[in-house]
Amino acid sequence: MLDVAIIGGGPAGIAAALTLKARGVRRVAILEREAVLGGVPRHCGHPPFGLREFGRILTGPAYARRLAALAEEAGVEILPRYSVTALQPGGVVQAATPNGAATIRARRVLLATGAREAPRAARFVGGDRPLGVLNTGALQAYVHLHGLAPFRRPVVVGTELVGLSALATCRSHGIRPVAVVEAGARPVARWPLGLFPKLLGIPTYFNDGIEEIRGHGRVEAVRLRGGRELTCDGVLLTGRFLPEASLARLSHLALDPGSLGPVIDQYGRCSDGAYFAAGNLLRPIETAGWSFREGAAIGGYIADDLAGGLPAMEESINIVAGEGVKFVVPQRLARVTPLRGRLQLRVEAAISGRLRVSSEEAVLYKRRISTRPERRILIELDEMRPPREARQLVVEIVP
Amino acid sequence: MTLGGMFDVAIVGGGVVGCAVTRRFVLEGAKVVLLEKGADILSGASKGNSAILHTGFDAPPDSLELACMQAGYAEYMEIRERLRLPVLETGAIVAAWTEEELAKLPGIVAQAHGNGAADVRLLTRAEVLAREPELSGRVLGGALVPREHVIDPWSAPLAYVLQALANGGEVRRHTEVLGGRFADGAWRLETSGGPVEAAYVINCAGLYGDVVDERLTGATAFSIKPRKGQFVVFDKAAAKLLRTILLPVPTERTKGIVVTPTAFGNLLVGPTAEEQESRERAAVDEPTLRMLADKAAELVPALAGMPVTAVYAGIRPATERKEYRVRVEAERHYIVLGGIRSTGLTAALGLAQQAWRLYARPHAAPAAPLWPQAPRLAEHGPRDWQSPGYGEIVCHCEMVTKREIEAALDGPLPAQDYGGLKRRTRAGMGRCQGFYCNARLAEITLGRFADPLAVGAEHA
Ligand SMILES: Cc1cc2nc3c(=O)[nH]c(=O)nc-3n(C[C@H](O)[C@H](O)[C@H](O)COP(=O)(O)OP(=O)(O)OC[C@H]3O[C@@H](n4cnc5c(N)ncnc54)[C@H](O)[C@@H]3O)c2cc1C
Ligand SMILES: Cc1cc2nc3c(=O)[nH]c(=O)nc-3n(C[C@H](O)[C@H](O)[C@H](O)COP(=O)(O)OP(=O)(O)OC[C@H]3O[C@@H](n4cnc5c(N)ncnc54)[C@H](O)[C@@H]3O)c2cc1C
Repeated sequence: MLDVAIIGGGPAGIAAALTLKARGVRRVAILEREAVLGGVPRHCGHPPFGLREFGRILTGPAYARRLAALAEEAGVEILPRYSVTALQPGGVVQAATPNGAATIRARRVLLATGAREAPRAARFVGGDRPLGVLNTGALQAYVHLHGLAPFRRPVVVGTELVGLSALATCRSHGIRPVAVVEAGARPVARWPLGLFPKLLGIPTYFNDGIEEIRGHGRVEAVRLRGGRELTCDGVLLTGRFLPEASLARLSHLALDPGSLGPVIDQYGRCSDGAYFAAGNLLRPIETAGWSFREGAAIGGYIADDLAGGLPAMEESINIVAGEGVKFVVPQRLARVTPLRGRLQLRVEAAISGRLRVSSEEAVLYKRRISTRPERRILIELDEMRPPREARQLVVEIVP
Repeated sequence: MTLGGMFDVAIVGGGVVGCAVTRRFVLEGAKVVLLEKGADILSGASKGNSAILHTGFDAPPDSLELACMQAGYAEYMEIRERLRLPVLETGAIVAAWTEEELAKLPGIVAQAHGNGAADVRLLTRAEVLAREPELSGRVLGGALVPREHVIDPWSAPLAYVLQALANGGEVRRHTEVLGGRFADGAWRLETSGGPVEAAYVINCAGLYGDVVDERLTGATAFSIKPRKGQFVVFDKAAAKLLRTILLPVPTERTKGIVVTPTAFGNLLVGPTAEEQESRERAAVDEPTLRMLADKAAELVPALAGMPVTAVYAGIRPATERKEYRVRVEAERHYIVLGGIRSTGLTAALGLAQQAWRLYARPHAAPAAPLWPQAPRLAEHGPRDWQSPGYGEIVCHCEMVTKREIEAALDGPLPAQDYGGLKRRTRAGMGRCQGFYCNARLAEITLGRFADPLAVGAEHA
């Protein structure tokens, strides 16, 4: 029996493992379905990674290697090519392993399976279904892990940060994007990064999207909603992140329809107290550095819990995403005073108003806010004193 | 001389019908060649369908279609274990959502009984909901079709061809039949791969049935009216919401939109019925996909917000008439199995028996034919990853192993394009649609496909 089984060896999972070992927890294992640890940074061939963790700027692959080495040095049991297939109540997980199917039991299980971009099908992009339609993650794996190019002249969809980093990846690997298409009226990434396509001389079409992909065999062209036809040999769909929550979705754990990740409390504890979750599985998305720190913090809470130190779950307050708010993480707060940690939220559309947390009539927190989708919004919990009888807090943005 | 000498039978088209016919004729002892213009079998109508093994309960009474469906159903059940082909025993419910539809149910049951599906019976609203509790409470009643089931639409035709190959049949892909002449009791076919000689020709060209008819006989009695059907596939998490195939009360024109479990552990909604000119373009469009997802959520409310795994479309080889367009020209040694519109997956083995009867020439059948095994793709059966030695799991969403991929790339009928690889293994067909595995697949398949995943090396 393991003390802690960590599913996913990305920044969040590794950070949790390191904390657990540092706290003296004996048997900590990382179950990772790939052959090596590191997670998504393994194929992000560009800086900046690791500034906070290592005090220097690294490329993604270098950062991933350092994390993997640390886990090894710390005595974490590393189980590569362990693909977890099912979660069962009380900390029992099923996995496909190089030696066949296995059942793994642990006192606590941490889910740290990360996030990915929405593929074409989930976006309902119309047209033919030829080769050459990919997400950034796949592009990065082509060029950085396998030395291959999936296309030479793609149309790039989306201007989140990852879309811009995709342009950089293209440029440094002999791929010349034909155009950038963005559904919104301006770049999603913050100024001045949003100017990046312009600097590269790539035409950018706002308020537009792909109506139809054309191609027999391989992508030959796309037609935009605005009517424009673009000749290209690929389509790169960037951003629109989704937590990789399939294990949780198929299991007994509660899922948040807003974040699309598991429901957790301020300790990262899921609806079954044997399970915790951390990293970009919790919400779309944060940086690797954030995921690392979050993993470290939640690893600490797991150590507390093993030592019998976490407040009971039964007394929780539910956090509700109200008007203007897409999701709030955590979705539950175990009742303690003072509250520690923070709420993370995101909005669906650009909005200005007052961000407010209330319990029935009582307003516990408010501030002016003007924000847009994919911007990080935080509320420190230690500023809040929920009434003793509060059952739920509503987080909303009101005019 | 032509390559391969004289064949007894040349079969034109490697759709599900051509695959089944090839198998039947090989098992009867004929020397057979299957000619397929695509990079792989299943390049046409058979690429995308609803994967339902129909009982024929609602087929036109006394029709050839019904007879072939019944024979096809029976033979599938008889041979499936030996070929390792799955059946997901779902049954189907024809659900009534309006009083008008409810009033039609007794007629449907009567027709089913007339068609030999004696076990079809009416269900009350409460019985429907007891069987499928996630169904919308708006349902008014239903008819249960206990033996309407779900199969793997790709492994079945693949297994038919593999058995033909194992027993001496021949398959030529990238081989389009361009024309032909019948003289002195034999055909000489002109193909993109050179001439082929055969005593007899069977046209199973599906969406091009009329075109091949014309090319070979100079005339055709029917014309294909391509009818597209789009589908939305929901995440595996949806599978627990519905165990039975949910059929609508049919109209004159179509079987209507179905919500059904798949053999791969997903839930599917579709198809639409859209007339179009193109026999090739199976395009999807956003408004239709949204309509389908919404429709599914209307019938099964818990599907609202369910992640979508895949979308696709298939094209039915419909004609100006509803019935199958089967014709034999005995003097000219020619059979056409045309217009196998919307039931061909079920009827294929039955059509193959029918073709054999129409052919009516004797051969010496092999005494102990070989029975090769289809890949293990069904979610409810054992999968390859469950036994050690699989190397690596390449596609994590669908749990596809390196061993399976290598088998699909080698073997007697290797996959020669990405579509063929997906159909043989499920690789890349899951919820991430290749986010994690596409690049690895590109590497593994390097040099294997005419249309490769990678366009070349990256230039750092
Ligand atoms: C395409 C892309 C580009 C990004 N670019 C940047 C960037 O430039 N800078 C930045 O700071 N952040 C970037 N991010 C965000 C951030 O780096 C990652 O999301 C980060 O790695 C999150 O860490 P994580 O540990 O939560 O998840 P991940 O790094 O995704 O790690 C999850 C791990 O879990 C494993 N896993 C998943 N399911 C299972 C299972 N069933 N069984 C076993 N193992 C499993 C995966 O193989 C993976 O190794 C990017 C994210 C993506 C998707
Ligand atoms: C949306 C949809 C849903 C369906 N659902 C079901 C269902 O649930 N159950 C069921 O039983 N059936 C179903 N069907 C019906 C079934 O898919 C079809 O009846 C069947 O695929 C027809 O197969 P075929 O072999 O006649 O034609 P095709 O699959 O079109 O095969 C013809 C082959 O011939 C090749 N070819 C064409 N011209 C030439 C040439 N000149 N030379 C060489 N090769 C040539 C083509 O490339 C093709 O591979 C559905 C169909 C659709 C479209």
